[in-house]
Amino acid sequence: MTPVATTFFFYLLAGLTLLSGVLVITRKNPVHSALALIFGLLSQAGLYLMLYAPFVAGVQIILYAGGIMVLFLFVIMLVNLDRAKKEEQFNQQWLVGLIAAIALGALFTGVYLKGQDLFPEHTMTLPEGSNTQQIGLMLYGQYMFAFEIASLLLLVAIIGAVVMAKKRI
Amino acid sequence: MLDYITSYLGMNTTPGQAGNIFWAVVYIMIVFGGVSVAVMAMNWLERKALAHFQIRLGPMRVGPHGLLQPIADALKLFTKEDIIPSEADKLVFWIAPLIILCASFTVYIVIPFGPTHAVTDLNIGILFMLGVSSLSVLGVVMAGWASNSHYPLIGSLRSSAQMISYEVAMGMAVVSAILMTSLNKEGTGTLSMIGIVQAQQQQQIWFLFKFFPLGFIAFVIFAIAMVAETNRAPFDLPEAESELTAGFHTEYSGLRWSLFMLGEYAAMIAVSSIAVTLWLGGWLRPFPNTLTGDTWDLVFSLFPGFTFLALALVAFVGVVRMPKHPYFRIQTIGLAGFGAVLGLIGLILFIPPVRDRIQDIFWFVAKVAVFMYLYIWYRATFPRYRFDQLMKVGWKVLLPIAIGVLILTAILGVLL
Amino acid sequence: MAPIGTLHYLVAAAALFILGVIGVLTRRNVVIVLMSIELILNAVNLNLVAFSRLWGLHGQVFAIFVITDAAAEAAVGLGILIAFFRNKETVNVDEVDLLKW
Repeated sequence: MTPVATTFFFYLLAGLTLLSGVLVITRKNPVHSALALIFGLLSQAGLYLMLYAPFVAGVQIILYAGGIMVLFLFVIMLVNLDRAKKEEQFNQQWLVGLIAAIALGALFTGVYLKGQDLFPEHTMTLPEGSNTQQIGLMLYGQYMFAFEIASLLLLVAIIGAVVMAKKRI
Repeated sequence: MLDYITSYLGMNTTPGQAGNIFWAVVYIMIVFGGVSVAVMAMNWLERKALAHFQIRLGPMRVGPHGLLQPIADALKLFTKEDIIPSEADKLVFWIAPLIILCASFTVYIVIPFGPTHAVTDLNIGILFMLGVSSLSVLGVVMAGWASNSHYPLIGSLRSSAQMISYEVAMGMAVVSAILMTSLNKEGTGTLSMIGIVQAQQQQQIWFLFKFFPLGFIAFVIFAIAMVAETNRAPFDLPEAESELTAGFHTEYSGLRWSLFMLGEYAAMIAVSSIAVTLWLGGWLRPFPNTLTGDTWDLVFSLFPGFTFLALALVAFVGVVRMPKHPYFRIQTIGLAGFGAVLGLIGLILFIPPVRDRIQDIFWFVAKVAVFMYLYIWYRATFPRYRFDQLMKVGWKVLLPIAIGVLILTAILGVLL
Repeated sequence: MAPIGTLHYLVAAAALFILGVIGVLTRRNVVIVLMSIELILNAVNLNLVAFSRLWGLHGQVFAIFVITDAAAEAAVGLGILIAFFRNKETVNVDEVDLLKW
């Protein structure tokens, strides 16, 4: 596939992702936050496509945007209090949290400014046609143990979520 | 500039793979226009076919035999008042039909109408289609919630629970079809839609008939799950009028409701084209490998022309049977004109250059049209499933059978 | 404009991470805190996939595992939220203080 207008699409998709991140953390209504997060996840899938990772992009759309966000929307509908909308949005220690996040941002900026030469442009262009196959070979070959543990983890999570949300055990 | 436009015509790939934006936009507009026309035709066909199933006539007045009824419906919906419930969340209320519409229409960029007649050929094509069509659940949930009223809320909860349940069975059936693409000499399968049809062409068998009855059972599971996925009868409890006063789109009126209907029909056509691509051989004509040779190619290439001539014949039979009253003169002339247009299209499709190019598209559209008719047939024939029966079928019947088919396909694929 | 290299993606991921951290530390609604955690996980995923373009497919495989674990964690977290909401009718982080002395 020939890449077309990479710069434009990167700035567009990254801008959409960051904008939706800002909207998630600042909206009063949780449903609006969830909507913004859905758009952020979809634009991130676009970023994955630009990074020659089509399978991860597909998994992101199916699992994250189509699965986890449905779960979030259901729970938001269940616990949606009118009282909560009229209250304060930011909690008691918002200033400390903000300062901590800014310190973290300063740390990141320092790291990236100093280590600019460590990240070359790209040294490996992965073949795109066989991306799914290679990921499949790796998942069932090298990472087989982790794969089985992930499936066990999902089973435990299902049972745990059902038990937590039941009315009577 | 002109180079950019004409350089694509020599290439033999889809516009997306060639990176040619102009032709990609042209293809997108053709597909979008085609889907809109197909949705209007589907609307008319549904009303007429349901009526004839129920031994009545359906719309007869608006155009000859109701042919202009969809246009009249569209005009009515455009001019209706736009009512928003007072306590509704305006942003979410506005955005919910848009999400369903965008999710249903984005799928069309990977649908292969021919070996190079797709907007693009993503190499995760089928994954992309399944994922994006699952985004319409979000629109349904938000539509029900934003309406701020009980019937839409219950309808949307039921509808979304139904959709996510049948997505799992759909995914399993799709995976067993994808398994079959890897049964060639090199052992490489593919997720791309064009690649799946080419695998069927190479292995010289539609995946419907492969490892009989496994391919057939997978196809049946997918066919049932796709009807449930698009909330159509007999799985249409969330939007049935006698049960829930139109479910999650109760509070939507006028243009917004027409967006829901458009999204629903577009989703129907999209999942039918998944079924056609995966099991029924996509754009391949019947018997592509057993009946080969120039004469058989010629015979099968005459099908499009003859189909349109048959439709024109039906229109002229309708003209003959029109009552001979002066009030019916305009309708008679209209129907005769429509029949003439169909006949003209049929004659154009006999010209050899057009005949060669239109082959693939015709067979694909014909197979999808069969599925559309099946949808209407199901609606007329089957009684509605109750909601707990619906969920029971989705989880306890379809999913185990789908997993069993997958395991058996894998075992047979390795052994044979 | 410089051609888009790995550093661009890393900076985008870092910005997303910081937004998620701000959301977790400052918001009052538990559901929005959980959504900010999803933002953090997404930033990590973007980092992983950006690096996998340099050093092989291991990053993408690990990103798939992270997405799976995010799903499991979101399910359990929301289950806990529902259980808590049933007892005390609030979704406020400040009011989750039953174990305070």
